[in-house]
Amino acid sequence: MDVKVGVLALQGNVSEHIDAFALALDRLGCGCSSAVVTVRHPADLEGCHALALPGGESTTISRLIDKNHLYKPIHNFSGGIFATCAGMVLIATHVDDARINTLNLIDMTVDRNAFGRQRESFEADISLSNIDGGPFHAIFIRAPVVTHAGASVKVLSRLDQGIVAVEHGKHMALSFHPELGGDTRLHERFLKNIGV
Amino acid sequence: MKLEELRFGTELLKRGFASMQKGGVIMDVVNAEQARIAEEAGAVAVMSLERVPSDIRKMGGVARMADPQKVTEIIEAVSIPVMGKVRIGHFVEAQVLETLGVDMIDESEVLTPADEQYHIDKKLFKVPFVCGARDLGEALRRINEGAAMIRTKGEAGTGNVVEAVRHMRNIMGEIRMLKGMDKQEMTDYARDIEAPAELVIECAERGRLPVVNFSAGGIATPSDAAMMMQLGADGVFVGSGIFKSTNPELMAKAIVEAVNHFNEPEVIARVSRGLGDAMPGLDIHTLRDDEVLQTRGR
Repeated sequence: MDVKVGVLALQGNVSEHIDAFALALDRLGCGCSSAVVTVRHPADLEGCHALALPGGESTTISRLIDKNHLYKPIHNFSGGIFATCAGMVLIATHVDDARINTLNLIDMTVDRNAFGRQRESFEADISLSNIDGGPFHAIFIRAPVVTHAGASVKVLSRLDQGIVAVEHGKHMALSFHPELGGDTRLHERFLKNIGV
Repeated sequence: MKLEELRFGTELLKRGFASMQKGGVIMDVVNAEQARIAEEAGAVAVMSLERVPSDIRKMGGVARMADPQKVTEIIEAVSIPVMGKVRIGHFVEAQVLETLGVDMIDESEVLTPADEQYHIDKKLFKVPFVCGARDLGEALRRINEGAAMIRTKGEAGTGNVVEAVRHMRNIMGEIRMLKGMDKQEMTDYARDIEAPAELVIECAERGRLPVVNFSAGGIATPSDAAMMMQLGADGVFVGSGIFKSTNPELMAKAIVEAVNHFNEPEVIARVSRGLGDAMPGLDIHTLRDDEVLQTRGR
């Protein structure tokens, strides 16, 4: 299958997501027929099967989504969305910060900076349900957590502070940064969920 | 999850935090009200300091870390990351900012150096550091000391982008030059620029610095900011340029948009319209040697 993955490239950890998806596609054996592209304007979404919402500053990215007329195109996007950190904040229905215009795509409530400031950022091996190959080395940077998830949301991982990984239909949302560690199991699972 | 299974303050967390700032504008603020304006305009982070660089120039004397009371007020006012400046080599100012919960520390030549021999041993800290550099050697020495982000120094508080351009061109040009060298030549070059050979080789392999590289020191307009992005910056710091302009709210928003659309001149033209006056500028050639900030630390 020819797969086209878009990475929202308004602000944040964009190039790492591009590299991680290229690697995941390669490992799934469809590297050469597929493309990972940046998404900055509505037209860039055309033909994309998936969209990654990268980590960055959620207040900044939310404002830029509106400024670049991307809110509706992303809200109505028919493919799967892979949302990490700030992306998890954006994709939710409820956030503890009124300045963020949430995309309302996953029925859940998210708390920003739930673990604290940068000095409280951490790396840890966490367990993920339905993922083979043992614990996942997760990198949490001023990370959010899900404090409440709707009945249709599948919880993949939970820490004391809250839920840190979920799936909802074709979408996946993570508190941490799988694009920083070199482990592409979650990218691959997401791609399989959208039919790759 | 048990606390002893968590790892804090690792190199990956430090560089990862810096990486999240990419494509963003980090604005100098001196109080909570300015911090709120910066956040509202779309800044990815704010830099807390006692006085913006152009005022440091005017006041003279010794410039130090900001009052912890002010830093705390700024931290409480915004939800975006808060950075803070400390004097070159002043590791206790850095310890204080880390205790306050500052998210990144800028070991900055804009403040009066506390140590003319050594920079801070940044690997001893859990919070990441950003440091200034004028060329590849200086950048790699700072990275070797533990800096998780580099910002080209420019000449702070002048509103004159010429030095920012010079330093960005230096670093990008040196990295381009490495591509034509073999390992032996790179090792020799590393000795010349007083940088660790393994970091020089890493730059050649990646075609860029191993950490995020922002531009700073003289950015006063949306066009200045976009030019630095086109020259290869991962993002920009704006110091006096926002709050020394006649309309800080408008200028802050315009610079955020210009950085986001740095390759789209029609957007830069639109956001630059009717901004009022940019900060008053200084000709670099009129500065006395003791007024030049970029030569502090090397």
